[in-house]
Amino acid sequence: MTQPVVTARNLSRHYESGGGMFSQRQVVRALSEASFSIDPGKTLAVVGESGCGKSTLARLITLIEEPTAGEFTICGTPGVPENWDSLRSQVQIVFQDPYGSLNLRHRVGSIIEEPLKIKRPDMPAAERASKAREMMEMVGLRPEHYDRFPHMFSGGQRQRIAIARALILEPKLLVLDEPVSALDLSIQSQVLNLLLDLQERMELAYLFISHDLSVVRHVADDVVVMYLGRPVERGSKEAVFGAPRHPYTVALLSATPSADPTRHRNRIKLEGELPSPLDIPAGCPFAPRCWKAQDRCRTERPELGDAAHAAACFYPEGTETA
Amino acid sequence: MTDMTEAAATAPKRPGRLAEFWQYFSENRGAVIGMWTFGILVLLALLADVIAPHSATEQFREATLQPPVWQEGGSWTFPLGTDPLGRDMLSRLLYGARFSFFVGMVVVVIAATGGILLGLVAGFAPKWLDTVIMRLMDIILSFPSLLLALVLVAILGPSLLNAMIAISVVLQPHYVRLTRAAVINERTRDYVVSARVAGAKLPRLMFITVLPNCLAPIIVQAALSFSNAILDVAALGFLGMGAQPPTPEWGTMLAEAREFILRAWWVVTLPGLAILITVLSINLMGDGLRDALDPKLKRS
Amino acid sequence: MALLNIRNLSVDFATGGGSFRAVDGVDVTVEAGEVLAIVGESGSGKSVSMLAAMGLLPWTATVTADELTFDGKDLRNLSPSARRKVIGRDVAMIFQEPMSSLNPCFTVGFQIREALAQHLNLDRAARKKRALELMEMVGIPAPEKRLNAFPHQLSGGMNQRVMIAMAIACGPKLLIADEPTTALDVTIQAQILDLLTGLQRDAGMGLILITHDMGVVAETAHRVAVQYAGWKVEDQPVKDLFQTPHHPYTAALLAALPERATERRLPTIPGVVPGQFDRPQGCLFSPRCAFADDRCRSTLPPVQPPELGRARCHYPLMAPATEEAQ
Repeated sequence: MTQPVVTARNLSRHYESGGGMFSQRQVVRALSEASFSIDPGKTLAVVGESGCGKSTLARLITLIEEPTAGEFTICGTPGVPENWDSLRSQVQIVFQDPYGSLNLRHRVGSIIEEPLKIKRPDMPAAERASKAREMMEMVGLRPEHYDRFPHMFSGGQRQRIAIARALILEPKLLVLDEPVSALDLSIQSQVLNLLLDLQERMELAYLFISHDLSVVRHVADDVVVMYLGRPVERGSKEAVFGAPRHPYTVALLSATPSADPTRHRNRIKLEGELPSPLDIPAGCPFAPRCWKAQDRCRTERPELGDAAHAAACFYPEGTETA
Repeated sequence: MTDMTEAAATAPKRPGRLAEFWQYFSENRGAVIGMWTFGILVLLALLADVIAPHSATEQFREATLQPPVWQEGGSWTFPLGTDPLGRDMLSRLLYGARFSFFVGMVVVVIAATGGILLGLVAGFAPKWLDTVIMRLMDIILSFPSLLLALVLVAILGPSLLNAMIAISVVLQPHYVRLTRAAVINERTRDYVVSARVAGAKLPRLMFITVLPNCLAPIIVQAALSFSNAILDVAALGFLGMGAQPPTPEWGTMLAEAREFILRAWWVVTLPGLAILITVLSINLMGDGLRDALDPKLKRS
Repeated sequence: MALLNIRNLSVDFATGGGSFRAVDGVDVTVEAGEVLAIVGESGSGKSVSMLAAMGLLPWTATVTADELTFDGKDLRNLSPSARRKVIGRDVAMIFQEPMSSLNPCFTVGFQIREALAQHLNLDRAARKKRALELMEMVGIPAPEKRLNAFPHQLSGGMNQRVMIAMAIACGPKLLIADEPTTALDVTIQAQILDLLTGLQRDAGMGLILITHDMGVVAETAHRVAVQYAGWKVEDQPVKDLFQTPHHPYTAALLAALPERATERRLPTIPGVVPGQFDRPQGCLFSPRCAFADDRCRSTLPPVQPPELGRARCHYPLMAPATEEAQ
């Protein structure tokens, strides 16, 4: 049994907002009690709508912020601030927006080399450059791109640059924060294929954050569905997509438009909007929008549990499919 | 990976960064005129030794207050006339340009360096330090700038150097505010986060990652405060608190000659005109720079 | 007689590097009560062609068309003021970013009443009543309260509903929705799409849906026009398009959808959309097309007859999509 690349136990992150002289201090529960683990070479997809805490999770795992509660380990080392420096080369991130995630004032070469410059300052410049060129070839960039500025590239190529930068330290875990949502369909498939290639070649673990279920269905091994900062369902891709158990997952699957005009489905219509994360309902966070909610759902919070395919729901869907 | 071939082959045809800059800049006709005027003025100042017919301080006692050449009584010896002490106006203006540009340059460099540093610190610092720095800048800004410069010069003693220091201090808060705003705007961008994920420490984040992306508005501000500095030094000179006679500084020239304004218009008008043209050309150029560098105003 | 009829529309932009043709010879026809989807990737000119038809492009754009009629009126020769009367009342548009399409300084109620005041002769009370009705029509709960809310106090989905309310305020005959749900979450997107199609059906409006999302197209549109690099490359009823795309680009695009993937590696379209500086000769898709030959690279392709999806291609595909994708 191989050691998981990352394990997280009850990760939570709360922000305090307001708290000025005249306003009452409020707590935003951006992420509560997320637990998961990813094995080498596997992809865990985190799915959810805006405000579900998936980006906060990315910030915790990439060591940008500390969790307010809970713990996680990367390659067996606890992800506490004392270890951040040594863990940095194990985990890297690729962002959604290929236009904002590259420094426009730096050349492609120096963008890709930057992590090396920081983490291995004693490496000779020539070796650094040759490593960067190697990486560029791996992600499908051409050698002459080395001296160009990012503004000369299209979105897909920029995303390749971002991937090259993330991989140059040979991390074990890559956090992909909506890596293809900003790309056109024809480019999206190129980048997805590249990510799958690289995963096979480097035994990478991916934490794949996305709201696009059709992409997740394609790349993920395991799936965590989040709602308002809480994981509501967790399981293998086949289980979650094939037999979703949490009503929210069912609704999400049903709301995703399918590119098949002959399939007319009865969509489950969710009433209302996402509640504000400042004011998360007591009990099950999904209860106000759930069509099956009972009194118990509104007062008591269902726990996710540790089962292989778990749903935080008192009345999970049985074997019915969406 | 064959899918990159076409895209790469054609990329170089896109206009380069400089060409694009020039295109936006040259769209603004005033900016181009300003740039040429400014260029000529700088050239004249640099070549003052060659062009100037006389020394800036040599007094021709027999030719005091001689009018310019096109007026009755003028002569080609003193093309722009002489001042009350018989010094050649053209030479004084040419050498004065040196002082003015020197002052502008030094003031901008001091103010921008200090301002950018403080602004970076304020942008990255914890909240309390940020507050301290910004309130301090607010205090400086709340004084009328010339008055504050006057007070500073009065404390330090009147000289051109002290005037430059005083003006730098007065101009600095603009840079601090501008840099801080840009830094705070950039700090949350993804590329900064990915530099942090790569392990970049604070100094690297400040100077290598963020600063180059904040420079565009600062360059514009520098161009504009260049003209401000020239004006302020001239004003201090006029009030006797800047360059001391016989330095051929434009403001000082104005001050020395103001009692002769009715008898000899040229002794006052010509330095004034020099200040006007310089400041105007720099401001026009600054406008063009803003068009070309400020991405918010960029049209697709 | 078609509601909107555009023949051979071209739009050129004057840019730093010379003139750039964003839309090239596009035909658009929408009947009353029809949902037309215009699909394309970024740079395909899908939004530009509609903005051009509405006369909403900046001065750097040059618009030419052989025919540009709305409801029998020729839009090309209308004076700006006459054009404004048509646009906003008979044609309405909603955009991708609901937050930035609304003015943050005014309450949404004020903005709806403003839209009413522009085009309809209603007094204050009637305007207020109509605004309430509209808010109810687009499914905003507690409309009396929400009328006094500012855009930043509402969620993205609510703001998009407000935009829709403003768009249908004057009972338009044609609604143009430019990526109306791209900025929204999936569950909210489903709500908004249902709302749009419901309103369209009830009022018998024409609806032009500009989008890049094939799923949205499949579920809402009646007819689909596919655009690529300023060309309309295909135009078919929605079922036929998804079953038998005739243009290789459409076929490749459908094959690249992750949900249609049959194996782990997705079929890709190599290369990128041609930009201003690398427009190929001949067919614009030829550098990325798997079927291209020398004729494609040198000669502009003809437009095929309607039974071949009006595909702009020398060699339109005949077989169903699934086989072509292999």
